[in-house]
Amino acid sequence: MTNGTTPQSPAEADVKSRRWSLSLVWLVPLVAALVGLSMLIRAWHDAGPTVEVTFETAGGLTPGQSQVKYRNVVIGEVSAIRLSQDHKKVVVTIDLDRDAKDFARKDSRYWVVRPRIGTGGVSGLDTLLSGDFIAADPGDSDQRATRFEGLENPPPVTYGEPGKRYRLKASDLGSLDIGSPIYYRKVRVGQVVSYALDESGDGVDVDIFVNAPNDQYVTADTRFWNASGIDIGVSANGLELDSESLLSVLTGGVAFATPKRESGSAPAEAGTEFQLFSEKSVALSPGKGPAQRIRMRFDQSLRGLKEGSPVELIGKQIGEVTRVTLDYDASDKTFPVIVDARIYPQMMGQAYGKLLTDIRQPAGNADEVPRLFEDLVNQGLRAEARTSNLLTGQLFVALELYPDAQPVEFDVTLDPIQIPTRPTSLDKLQEQLTRLVDRFSKIPFESIANNMNGSLAELRKTLSSINSDVMPSALQTLKSIDGVMTDMRSTLNQAADALDPSSPERTRIGHALDEVERMSRSVRELSDYLRRHPESMIRGRSQPVRSDQ
Amino acid sequence: MTVAVAAELGLCLCHRCHKACDLNASPHTCPRCGAHLHRRKRNAITRTWALMLTALILYIPANVLPIMHTTSFKGDSTATILGSVVTLWRDGAWDIATIIFIASVGVPVTKFLVLGLLLCTVHKGDTRSRRDRTRLYRGLELIGYWSMLDVFVAALLTALVQFGALGTIEPRPGILFFGLVVVLTMLATLSFDPRLIWDTDTHDD
Repeated sequence: MTNGTTPQSPAEADVKSRRWSLSLVWLVPLVAALVGLSMLIRAWHDAGPTVEVTFETAGGLTPGQSQVKYRNVVIGEVSAIRLSQDHKKVVVTIDLDRDAKDFARKDSRYWVVRPRIGTGGVSGLDTLLSGDFIAADPGDSDQRATRFEGLENPPPVTYGEPGKRYRLKASDLGSLDIGSPIYYRKVRVGQVVSYALDESGDGVDVDIFVNAPNDQYVTADTRFWNASGIDIGVSANGLELDSESLLSVLTGGVAFATPKRESGSAPAEAGTEFQLFSEKSVALSPGKGPAQRIRMRFDQSLRGLKEGSPVELIGKQIGEVTRVTLDYDASDKTFPVIVDARIYPQMMGQAYGKLLTDIRQPAGNADEVPRLFEDLVNQGLRAEARTSNLLTGQLFVALELYPDAQPVEFDVTLDPIQIPTRPTSLDKLQEQLTRLVDRFSKIPFESIANNMNGSLAELRKTLSSINSDVMPSALQTLKSIDGVMTDMRSTLNQAADALDPSSPERTRIGHALDEVERMSRSVRELSDYLRRHPESMIRGRSQPVRSDQ
Repeated sequence: MTVAVAAELGLCLCHRCHKACDLNASPHTCPRCGAHLHRRKRNAITRTWALMLTALILYIPANVLPIMHTTSFKGDSTATILGSVVTLWRDGAWDIATIIFIASVGVPVTKFLVLGLLLCTVHKGDTRSRRDRTRLYRGLELIGYWSMLDVFVAALLTALVQFGALGTIEPRPGILFFGLVVVLTMLATLSFDPRLIWDTDTHDD
């Protein structure tokens, strides 16, 4: 490489003195090589674990472009997307950065961030412009993993968030969903994290997360209830409307409170199980105590009575109907309805204790409840199906005392307890109505109608004979009457002529009347004279009479 | 050959002012401008080799690393030289793809090959087709700067496309390496002395 100088050059000596500079130029490729090498080493050094995450769909993800972020810091990149072996899933290969190796733990979670509208508001709007990305949550497991099942929805609680998880046991999920809020004194303190059917399938386990420091208010005695919807109550103050928040009305939510008398206990451990009550009043009411099954047999239709219908003792609810079944009585060919119910004697309150003392039963005895009911039934306790709502026809079972009821046998050994029944007041009314209808139906409307039909036919016949026979003769009669009337008119005309003032007959009559007048006057005079002088009848008229006039 | 060589006449061309100096009169410096006199470019072959090898090394990251990063509302994308050529070709812009391919791959590779060929033949003192090799060298000088096309495209796009949220283009380290490759190959071409091709004529090493 030193042939840049040629031996015959006169400047050979000068060039040779600078021989060291020959190697200097090699620094340039050396530096370039070093830079390249250092880049290589850094890339190899920075390369973190490669993980594979399966998703339902690869929507919005592009290999080489989509990023993996944690708290909006890029921690990796999607390097490849392919279908799984069975073509049911999408396998996304992610190259994680070196400092993101904690995201390859066994319980690390990955999900795709897309614009979403959820209970907590709108999230992921920035991805509208930047494109979807994968978010990751490190987890805290000690084991490493390279294959992950991607979440389809973002987890509501990310790793490391301070707070506690609890499990609520509910009969059904209601309107709860992942992310539904948890309220304490109407302050949002957590959210529903997950839910699943429990092992038996009889209920739902709802996992909730209460953020610190508010998790200290959850104690072993805390009651949880479903805060979905609006509570409308009518009280002496008027209509009362209550709800946790507008959001919970729309999306459902859970609220909790600790009854005052039990406050002061230590905060509950994470993972504690609680019962999820359906409403606040139920959750905060004192315990129901042990349940007692009762059975009633009604000889009437119980349309409107269903599972959960209340059982009330003198107007106070002490239980609910659990089952309504139809029975068949072969002896009298009827279908009695068997109603099973569960009652909580403790819900009678202080009456329960007093009743027990009344029947001289020590509290805590195994058969205290049957004994108590025996006493009550002997006093006239009867079950009755009553209408609670006239519009919907819903029924409830009312246990009332009827001292004049027929005495019945009561077997204390039976379980469930058999409570005698009596027909409903409405039922009686119905009976009366039925009887009335029966009587109505007994009226022989048909024969009456038949008779009337015959009479009408007769009438029609009579009318037709009148038409055919009587009418012509009547016409003739009318005609002859007409003739008579004409004659009468001419007679009357003659009479009118005769009565005319200018007619000679009239004048003559006038004269005749004048004559009659004169005659009557002379008769009066005669009579007057005779009254004064009755003797003249015998003696004749005396002369001086004239002078008296 | 019949043509007299400057060295035989004791003449040397000054590198600065191109004066033909008499080596016998002033052996080391140019009598006109005072510059050092060299019969040939100093360490021409070594320098060319070194620069060319550097360019060759840098050509790897220039192709592997992304040259541009495009952020637009459609999404982010990072492109390497070959990646953008493929994208353009697929998008139907095969003419632009061809131009970029020639400028960014064809020209540098040609330069590497030609320089390597020249260096090897000069090193071995090959006497065959010296005229063609000289022509090759001239061609090398001519196409040298056309590779800067890529660098200019990236620089222009970076300067022009700055629309904030709508879209921005940012340069990535690849383009720096590519620019270095172009500059280094040009320097290598410059440091090569084509007269060395003919030196083997009279004096065999």
